[in-house]
Amino acid sequence: MPSVITANRLTDGIVVYLASDGEWTEQIAEARLADTDEEIKALEAEAEKAVQERLVISVYPMPIALNDGAVDPLSVRERIRAAHRTTLTKDWYDVPL
Amino acid sequence: MYRYDEFDHAFVRERVAEFKDQVERRLSGALTEEEFRPLRLRNGLYLQLHAYMLRIAIPYGVLSPRQLRQLAMIGRRFDRGYGHFTTRQNLQFNWVKLVDIPDVLAALAEVGMHCIQTSGNCVRNTTSDPFAAAANDELEDPRPWCEMLRQWSMLHPEFNWLPRKFKIAVSGAAEDRAATAFHDIGLRIVRGPDGENGFRVLVGGGMGRTPYVGQEIRPFLKKEHLLSYVESILRVYNLLGRRDNIYKARIKILVNQLGIDTFREAVEADWEATHKSAVDLPEDEQRRILSYFAPPDLPPQPARDEKVGARRETDPAFANWYKHNVLAHRVPGYSSVVISLKEPGRTPGDASSDAMDLVADLAERFSQDELRVSYTQNLILPHVAIADIPALYDALAGADLATGNNELLGDMICCPGLDYCNLANARSIPIAKEIAKRFEDPARQEVIGQLRLNMSGCINACGHHHSGNIGILGVDKKGTELYQITLGGNPKDDASVGSIIGPGFRAEAVPDVIDTIVNTYLENRDEGESFLDTWRRVGAPPFKEALYGAR
Ligand code: HEM
Ligand code: SF4
Repeated sequence: MPSVITANRLTDGIVVYLASDGEWTEQIAEARLADTDEEIKALEAEAEKAVQERLVISVYPMPIALNDGAVDPLSVRERIRAAHRTTLTKDWYDVPL
Repeated sequence: MYRYDEFDHAFVRERVAEFKDQVERRLSGALTEEEFRPLRLRNGLYLQLHAYMLRIAIPYGVLSPRQLRQLAMIGRRFDRGYGHFTTRQNLQFNWVKLVDIPDVLAALAEVGMHCIQTSGNCVRNTTSDPFAAAANDELEDPRPWCEMLRQWSMLHPEFNWLPRKFKIAVSGAAEDRAATAFHDIGLRIVRGPDGENGFRVLVGGGMGRTPYVGQEIRPFLKKEHLLSYVESILRVYNLLGRRDNIYKARIKILVNQLGIDTFREAVEADWEATHKSAVDLPEDEQRRILSYFAPPDLPPQPARDEKVGARRETDPAFANWYKHNVLAHRVPGYSSVVISLKEPGRTPGDASSDAMDLVADLAERFSQDELRVSYTQNLILPHVAIADIPALYDALAGADLATGNNELLGDMICCPGLDYCNLANARSIPIAKEIAKRFEDPARQEVIGQLRLNMSGCINACGHHHSGNIGILGVDKKGTELYQITLGGNPKDDASVGSIIGPGFRAEAVPDVIDTIVNTYLENRDEGESFLDTWRRVGAPPFKEALYGAR
């Protein structure tokens, strides 16, 4: 299963993902995908460096699915994190969150 | 109201400076996250799902308009324009930035507020009756005793690293509006054998994964011994409480393992050995603190006001709100007003910065500069002249703050759940919203009557689901949010933990489930029975039958 690396930014705690260009992005769509265990390990090592450099905290890899090329965070928890908001919308259980 | 003295001010300022330095050292790399984490938690700063969360203590639920305005300012400038009032009489900001925390703490210190001991294994904010010094069933104002406990427990060197967190609640009225039976120590002011007031002391209550109703360790404690007796309880807990297993570390586990009698013996022995010498406050110091809580001067007024009466006749929304949210006061011609933070469609307990500013203004205009926060996540203006009620109502209604559902089904307690909380298993806020929508019609809620519905997003039970007449607990079943229903909890006198009624339900089904439970109650209730009365009389079978019978 493909995975991405997620974390919280140190300075403001906002949810971020390790992006293709090595930066940290708030957009899960820009997250870099890792397909194999080795690739995940490599991304984790990169993330660990970012922890040392005090860019992020609370790093972990997280499995995702690709639906028509779009990143699906799989769990409700990760959907809420990726949305950067709460799910208090009118038809909340119809919303793909 | 108690005002910080010079000592408190200096201490809080020092603490702000200390944490500012710690934040700077974290940002510069002098501290790792592992080193910083316990320091930030000691200052009420958590890392949540979306961002950092800051928990601010509102000691025994008492706020001044100036403090509330400052909270509004902080919400506006440093957060997203709102805050969440919690069941522990705290306020939580959900989107604060680490880099802003020193400024936020400095702003809090300006108005005598802080976040110390809002996290960690120490004595937390002491909670109390939000109608203190106003309710007509009050024996004695609990706030001075809360304040003494606050001063005593603040940075108490012996009790800063307890086996686990420790929560105390104090109530001084006939009706328990502070859920004292669900606290590590619950204190009820009662009249003693000689006609003087003292404390009935409960110990070992709590929520979480192992809920317990507190047990009586002492039917009557003389007031002057409050601190020494509480200290003996804490000392025994500190020495004997488990530190090897976080799930068994609360005092409730110790009390239930030893049995209340053995626990009592240990406490009494420690107390006998120490109490004459130790920490009880000298009388003049007690008097000094009591004097801060002198009630406002309220000249009695006619209990009936014609204009109010006429408005109740002609304006059903006003009449409904008045009936539920305007409560009797001990001085004729006054009342305490509950400002519901449970408008259908909103997150229970959330208040916008604009709402906070408005309520601060209204407290100055109508309530002797006083306002309170209830554990049921509402705001309260304790001393309002009845003649002022229509003007107050109009001001609240203009800001959607005049929902007349105090203590009704719509007055749900609800924790942040999976929408904010890192420990959550399921969402609670959207469920609360759907239930509120289902029961939106005030006439229906009126028929149902008093009903406490409480909801938590995980077994930690921050949303008091165990003590809800109807409790909802969110669980995670293989990636799906499921909701387990408990019935028959009661936070008041004759407190009880609710019983699980059966297998959990999917989110979409919860409004129907609550509907079914409510209808079952209505079908079974005898004249004048509350939900709890009916439940206690008929038990689980009709509810089980209605919910699962067809399966
Ligand atoms: C969002 C961050 C929060 C975290 C990390 C958190 C954590 C916890 C944990 C771990 C417990 C269980 C303690 C135990 O059983 O030993 C607990 C209990 C509790 N919390 Fe929270 N909580 C949070 C928010 C809240 C909120 C928003 C409220 C109020 C709405 C609240 C009020 C309580 C209460 C009343 C209890 C149960 C009383 C007891 O300690 O037995 N907490 N919390
Ligand atoms: S009950 Fe669980 S989900 Fe709700 S606030 Fe507490 S820890 Fe979070």
